[in-house]
Amino acid sequence: MIRLLLIALALVTAPLSAQDTMPPAPYAYTQLEDPALEAKATELMSTLRCLKCQSQAINDSDAPMAGDMRHQVRTKILAGEEPEEIRAWLIDRYGDYVSYQPAVSSTTWPLFAIPVFLILIALFVLLRRLGKRRQEGAA
Amino acid sequence: MRPVFFIPLALFLFFAGLAGYMLVNGRFESVPSHMIDKPLPEFSLPPAVDGLPGASRANFVGGEPKLLNVWASWCLPCIAEAPQLEALKEEGVEVIGIAIRDKPEDVADFLNRYGNPYTRIGADDISQLQIEIGAAGVPETFVIDAQGNIRHQHIGDIRADDVPRLLQILEDVR
Repeated sequence: MIRLLLIALALVTAPLSAQDTMPPAPYAYTQLEDPALEAKATELMSTLRCLKCQSQAINDSDAPMAGDMRHQVRTKILAGEEPEEIRAWLIDRYGDYVSYQPAVSSTTWPLFAIPVFLILIALFVLLRRLGKRRQEGAA
Repeated sequence: MRPVFFIPLALFLFFAGLAGYMLVNGRFESVPSHMIDKPLPEFSLPPAVDGLPGASRANFVGGEPKLLNVWASWCLPCIAEAPQLEALKEEGVEVIGIAIRDKPEDVADFLNRYGNPYTRIGADDISQLQIEIGAAGVPETFVIDAQGNIRHQHIGDIRADDVPRLLQILEDVR
């Protein structure tokens, strides 16, 4: 009996709603009519971080704020702005963090420099070994 | 085998360990606004509730520094924050609210239950101003000086011990 009651209680429990009940922004789920513009917007939106769900792009997220960000992107594309201008506009507000597009900066340059450096070391070691072997072969 | 041969393996294990550690212990980071010390953008939002006016940039210019509180009636930490906003109001601070994706009846219900610290509440139904000022969530509170510049951002609900700090910042930017 108690078990039944518990099951019944578990079923009626609604998840705690910590989200709004407002309709989404006009361009949150509506594509732009011009396929070329929509393609531009989609490409940009897949490289912008959803700030409420930080491992997703705003393109992949159903968070209301991601929808509102998509609305901003599509509205600005429709108004003739270039994707990189819109990215810069968002970076001005949230920093590099909002963009998934890797950029060389004072903190990220080692990411780009270290692989080049490692390849150079590997080449150097390889050439030296090959040189040694050739000498031994000649001797 | 010479010990030097184990260096690459040791490096690999170190990075694998570091990656594993960060995966397990990674935190959900708060995203600071980059709009600090920049002018509050031009905006004009309609009233979010009957009986209180809406909000625009002009409301922040002139007089004393003010607080811009980004909140919502559906936001739980905003309930925890309500007494602190009330305390700031008692100290004579003008708090202007921006209600994110909210309905007038829900806003009215929230104010009835938890008190009204606001002189105005603008309705931001599509998070437009929120994005404009680099706020990533609710609640967030911005200190706006009398010239209409954003001077400070408080992320998350205002706790009791944040009140004196905010009062000090409001005093400092006068």
